[in-house]
Amino acid sequence: MKPPPFHYHDPRSLDDALGLLAEKENAKLLAGGQSLMPMLNMRFVFPDDIIDLNRIPDMASIRKDGSSIRIGAMTRQYALERSEVIRNQCPIIVEALREVGHLQTRNRGTIGGSLCHLDPSAELPTVAQGLDATIHIQSKRGARTLAMADFPSFFMTPAIEPDEIVSAIEFEPWSKGHGFAFVEFVRRHGDFAIVGVATLLELSADGMVSRASITLGGVGQAPIRCGAAEGIVIGSNCSDAAISEAADSCREIDAMDDVHVTAAYRRHLAVALTRRALKKAYDRASGETAA
Amino acid sequence: MTDTRAIALTVNGSRHDIEVETRLTLADCLRHQIDLTGTHVGCEHGVCGACTVLVDGQAVRSCLMLAVQADGAIITTVEGLASEDGQLHPLQQAFHDNHGLQCGFCTPGVLMTLLEFLQHNSAPTEGEVRVALSGNLCRCTGYQGIVAAALDAAGRMRQEPDQINGPKKS
Amino acid sequence: MTDRLFEPRYGRLEDAALLTGKGRYVDDIHLPGMLEVAFVRSPHGHAHVRSIDTKAALALPGVLAVYTHADVVQALTSDHIPPDELVESFPTTTWPYILPEDEVCFVGEAVAAVVAENRYIAEDAAALVMVDYEPLPVVSNCREAAEPGSPTVHRHADGNIVSQFTIEYGDVDQAFSEAAHVFSFSLNQHRGGAHSIEGRGVVANYDANAHQLTIWASTQTAYKSRDAAVELFDMDESRVRVIVPDVGGGFGGKNTVFPEEVLTVMASRLLSRPVKWIEDRREHFLACIQERDQEWDVEVAVDAEARVQGIRGTMYHDQGAYTLLSLHVPHNSAIAVPGPYHVPNYSIEVLVTETNKVGTIPVRGAGYPEGNFTMERILDRIAQELGMDRAEVRRRNLIPGDAIPYQMPMNTREGTPMIYESGDFLHCYEMALEASGYADFEQRQKEALAEGRHIGIGVANMVKVTGRGPFESATVRVGRSGRVVVYTSAMAMGQGTKTTLAQICAEQLATEPDQITVVTVDTASSPIGIGAYGSRNTVNAGNSVHLAAIEVRKKAIRVAAHVFGVDEHDIEIIDGLARIKTDPTKSLTFKDIAKALSAAKGCPIPKDMPIGFEATVNFRPPDVTYCNATHVVEVEASPETGGVEILRYVVVNDSGVLINPTLVEGQLQGGIAHGIGNALYEWMGYDENAQPVITNLAEYLLPTSTTVPNIEIIHVETPSTLNPLGVKGAGEAGVIPVAGAVVSAVENALGPIGIWIGEAPIAPVRIIELIEESKASP
Repeated sequence: MKPPPFHYHDPRSLDDALGLLAEKENAKLLAGGQSLMPMLNMRFVFPDDIIDLNRIPDMASIRKDGSSIRIGAMTRQYALERSEVIRNQCPIIVEALREVGHLQTRNRGTIGGSLCHLDPSAELPTVAQGLDATIHIQSKRGARTLAMADFPSFFMTPAIEPDEIVSAIEFEPWSKGHGFAFVEFVRRHGDFAIVGVATLLELSADGMVSRASITLGGVGQAPIRCGAAEGIVIGSNCSDAAISEAADSCREIDAMDDVHVTAAYRRHLAVALTRRALKKAYDRASGETAA
Repeated sequence: MTDTRAIALTVNGSRHDIEVETRLTLADCLRHQIDLTGTHVGCEHGVCGACTVLVDGQAVRSCLMLAVQADGAIITTVEGLASEDGQLHPLQQAFHDNHGLQCGFCTPGVLMTLLEFLQHNSAPTEGEVRVALSGNLCRCTGYQGIVAAALDAAGRMRQEPDQINGPKKS
Repeated sequence: MTDRLFEPRYGRLEDAALLTGKGRYVDDIHLPGMLEVAFVRSPHGHAHVRSIDTKAALALPGVLAVYTHADVVQALTSDHIPPDELVESFPTTTWPYILPEDEVCFVGEAVAAVVAENRYIAEDAAALVMVDYEPLPVVSNCREAAEPGSPTVHRHADGNIVSQFTIEYGDVDQAFSEAAHVFSFSLNQHRGGAHSIEGRGVVANYDANAHQLTIWASTQTAYKSRDAAVELFDMDESRVRVIVPDVGGGFGGKNTVFPEEVLTVMASRLLSRPVKWIEDRREHFLACIQERDQEWDVEVAVDAEARVQGIRGTMYHDQGAYTLLSLHVPHNSAIAVPGPYHVPNYSIEVLVTETNKVGTIPVRGAGYPEGNFTMERILDRIAQELGMDRAEVRRRNLIPGDAIPYQMPMNTREGTPMIYESGDFLHCYEMALEASGYADFEQRQKEALAEGRHIGIGVANMVKVTGRGPFESATVRVGRSGRVVVYTSAMAMGQGTKTTLAQICAEQLATEPDQITVVTVDTASSPIGIGAYGSRNTVNAGNSVHLAAIEVRKKAIRVAAHVFGVDEHDIEIIDGLARIKTDPTKSLTFKDIAKALSAAKGCPIPKDMPIGFEATVNFRPPDVTYCNATHVVEVEASPETGGVEILRYVVVNDSGVLINPTLVEGQLQGGIAHGIGNALYEWMGYDENAQPVITNLAEYLLPTSTTVPNIEIIHVETPSTLNPLGVKGAGEAGVIPVAGAVVSAVENALGPIGIWIGEAPIAPVRIIELIEESKASP
C-alpha cells in the first residue's frame, strides 16, 4: 500500500500555497496527514500535486480575538488539548479531543484537517457545529467566512472551492461556568464515534436553562443540531422528564445505515447519549460535579 | 512523474543526508534507506501503531508521514533507546522483566509511544496506560504484560529522572 | 519436571534483540539487486478472465517482468499448489491455482504478478495491467451454496459441496425418542482472520551460478514451502534451502503455501535475482486465509435431570473458493462439540461448501471454538428451559475425574481413538467457580441492578487437542567451542520457543539456558520437520530436545568416566562440567569433551563410541494429548447502548507440566484476547456479491488495550502420560471457550430482559435488536 506518484510542494507562506492551489487542477492539501495519508497509501485518491501546509508559519495559533477565540487551521489537536485558553474557556473541545484517535493521531492531526475531511463520525466537526463556529476561508480571490452549519456540502465534502483553504475557525466561548458534555459511544477507545453528542448549556440564576446547544455526530452525513431538543430544555431545569422528552425528540431524526450499524440503532444511541449528555452538562452547569 | 528531494534527518543522534522520492513514507525511508529496520510496518493506514517513532519528541505514525516532511527533524527510533554501551533503557528492561513482548513485531512502536507518554505522565494509573496504548495493536500478548511493563517502567523512571529523556550516555 | 535446576520463569532469550530493534523479520532482509513483487488482484468475486494486457505495465521504467498463467505453466511443473493427500481426491477445481488460467473465484485472487525495482513501482505497474473480466454469478453464503440449483463457485464444477460427512456415534434416534426434553436452535458463528501484526512475506534468492535456491519465509510451514519448491521447480532438497527468520506472529495465517510465495520464488528463479514480497494489510484482508462462517442447526435431547442424552444436527461450513488445508476446520468443529462433557449419542452432518471468497483454514483454535460455542449454548439453553442454574447443568454433564482416561466414542482426524488420557475437568471447574466467587454472584448482581447496572457471569469448559504428531526434530550438538547448540525444526512465531527449548536442554546439561543457542528453522541444519500449528511445539520439539539432551549427557558421562577411569555412576554433570562426584577437581568441560568426541589426538574415548558430541531425536508422540480449562467471565452490559465491558476474567488451565509458566500465561492471555475478538468484535464482512466490505483495521475490530482485562490464571499441572516431559500444549487453549463464556455472561447480565444470543461475534447493535425483539414478543 504505497502512495501513487505526485508532485510535492511545501510552500513557506499561505500566499504561496494559495497560488499553487489556484494553479493546480488536481491538488490535495496535506495537513496532519492522518486522513490523507491513509487514502494515499490505499490509492483511494490520485492527486497530481500535494501541497503540504506544515511549513507555513502562523497557520497554527490559539488566540483571543476580542470576545471570540480564533484557532489557526493548522493547530495540532494535542496543542488544543493542552491549551490553557481552551481548557478554561471551551472545555468541551478538550473533552471531545480525548476521544479523537490516539496519542499519535493528535500529535499530527490538525483541527482544520479534521473539519475539512468531514468524516460523519469525527468529533471535532460535531463540536464546531455545537459552538456555532465560523470558518475562515481564503483564496487568491480573497477571504470569506462560512457558518459551520453551512460548511458541510455533501458526504465528506465541505462547501469550499478547489482554490480555497480553510485558514481558521472562530467561535464565541460560552459564559463562565457553562455546562458542557461530549459523550460518545465507541467500540474501542479512540475509534470514530458511532454516535457522539456535544451539549452546551447556560443557566440563569434560578437554575433554569437559558441557552442550549445539542449536536449529534455520527447520525447523519454531517453534524445535526437538535433544535427540537434544545427548545424542550430551554426554560426547564433539566428534570428527568425534561431530559427524557428532549432526548426522545431525537427518535425522529434521519440517520445513516451502513454495514456496521443500522439507522435504527443510530437513532437509539442518539436518544440514550443525549440523555446522558444533558444530565452531565446540567450537573456541571449547576456546580454539582467538578468539570 | 516522481519527484526526488535532498533531505537531512537526524536519527538517534546521527545525521543522514539522503535523496528520497517525495512519495516515500518516513517508515520506508527509515527501514530501507537508512537501514534502521527496528521500526515496523503493520497496516500503512494509521491504526496498528507498529511504525510509531518520535519526531521532535512526539510519537508519530511514520507510515503517515512523508520522509520529506521530516527534513530537518530530530527522530528517535527503537534503536536509539539503549545507551551506547548497550545498557537497556528502563522501558526495555521492564518489558523483559514483565514478559511484555512475544513476537516483538509491535514492540518498537509500543516502546516509542510509551516513551513520550511517560515523559508527560510520570505516575499513570493502569487505566491511563491502557488508554495511551489504545493506538498500538498487539495480537500476541493480550496487553497484560505490556501494561505491567509500562507501570513498572514508570516506577523505575521516577527513580531515575535523567532516563526520561533518553538513554544515559556512558 | 520436579526439582528444576534453573528458574522455570526464565527471562526470554528472544527479548534482547527484539527490544533493541535488532530482530530480523523477512522485510528486514536487504540483498543486493533485490526486486519486489506486487499482485494484480481480481475486483470480482467470480469472473471469466478474457484477456490480460501487460504491455503498459512492462513499459513502465523499473519494471522487470509481469507474469501470468502462461509463465507459470512454462516455468513450473504444475499450475496448482501441490495438494495434500486428501485434497488430491477432491475435484481439481478445489485446488488453489498459482495463477488462474482464465477464471477468478474470489475478490483478491491474484491474476498476475509484477516484479519491479521496488514496491512503489510494482504497485504503479500493477495498476497498468489491463484485465478484461466478464463477471459470472457469485455465491456468497455457504448454506445457499449447498442448495441444488445454486450458481457454482467454479464455472465448470458440478456443485459447491466439497465434502459431506457425518460424525456420529451411539444411537441418536433412540436417544431423541426417549428424551424427557428436546430443544433445538440455530447458530451463526463467525471467526475472522489471523491478523498477525506482521503480514505474510518471503524473500527468494536463486543463485544461478550454484543452481541454489534460498527462501526466507515468514511462515509456520517451512517444510511444505521447501517441498513445494522442490516439486514445482524440479530441484532436489540439496538445492533448496528455507530459512525462517523472526516471525511477527502466525495464528494460522502463515500455515500453508500460498500462490504469492510460489510466484516470488518463481520470479527469482527466472530473473536470477533476489525477489521480495511483503504482504500489506489490504492483501491480508483479501487474500490471506480466514475461518469465517459456520451455520449450525442443532437439537439436544436431555433426561429429566438435565443430563444430555444426545445431540444431532447439521452444520454448513464456508470453505471458500479453494481448499488450502484439507477439511481441518469443519472436521475439528464437528468433533469438538462434546468436549469435556458426556454426550452418549451424537450425530452432526457437515456440509463443506465453497463460496466465492478466500479459502478458510485454521486460525488459532482451528474450529474448536465453534464446536465449543455450540456445546456451551446447548447447556445454557437446557438451563434456561429447565429453569436451572447454568453451573449446575455443567456440573451434571462434565466427565468426572474418575472416568479419566476416557475414550470418546469417536476418532481423531488421523482415525485413531480419541482418548482423554489425563486431566480432571470437574476439579478445574470447581476450582474456577470457587476462585471467581460464582456462588456469591447472584447477590452481587442484585446489588448492581439496584444501582442500575447490569452485570452477568458466564462459565465455559473446554478440551483441546494439542501435541499432534508426527514429530519435530532436535539435534543437540556441542561443537569445539564448547557451546551447546540446539538445532530444531520447530518454528517460532512469538511463543518463546527458543527459551522453552533452551530451558529443557539446560536441565539435562546443567548449563544456564542463556548459554545455550537455539537455532530454529533452517532446512540446512534441520532438514526434516512439520510446522507450527495446533499447539504442538513443546510436545514435539520439547521432547525431542529433552531426549537428545539426555543422550548428550550420557555421552559426556561416558567420556568422563573413561578419561578418569571410574564408573559412570561416579560422574555428575554440574555447572556445565562432567566431574567425579567425590573429587570435583577432576572435571572435563564440554569443550574438552567435544574435542575428545571429534577424535582429536590425545583425547581418548572408548573404541566403540560414536564420533560427535551430539544427538538427534525425532520424538514421535504416540497420540495427541488434551489440555483443558474452565473460564469464568464477568461482564457489564448496557441495555441502553448494547455495549459490553468485561469486568473480570478467571481461568483454571491445565496444560500439563509447564516448562515456563510465564510463557504459558502469555499464551493464555493472548489466546483469550483473540477469543474476546471472536466473542464481541471481529467480523470479516462480505456483501451478497462476495465483496469484502471490511478491508482495513479501523473497521475490522481487533481487541485493543482498553478491551482486554487482566486475566487471573490458576495453573493445574496434570502431566500428560504420552511423553517423557509430561507436557501438553497451550498455544490455542486461551481462545477456545471465550465466546461461549462471554455470550452466556451477556445473556445473564440482561437476564431481566431475557434475550437469547445465537451468534458470535455479538455486536451492540445486535444486542439492542435482540432486546427490542424480546420486548415485542415477551
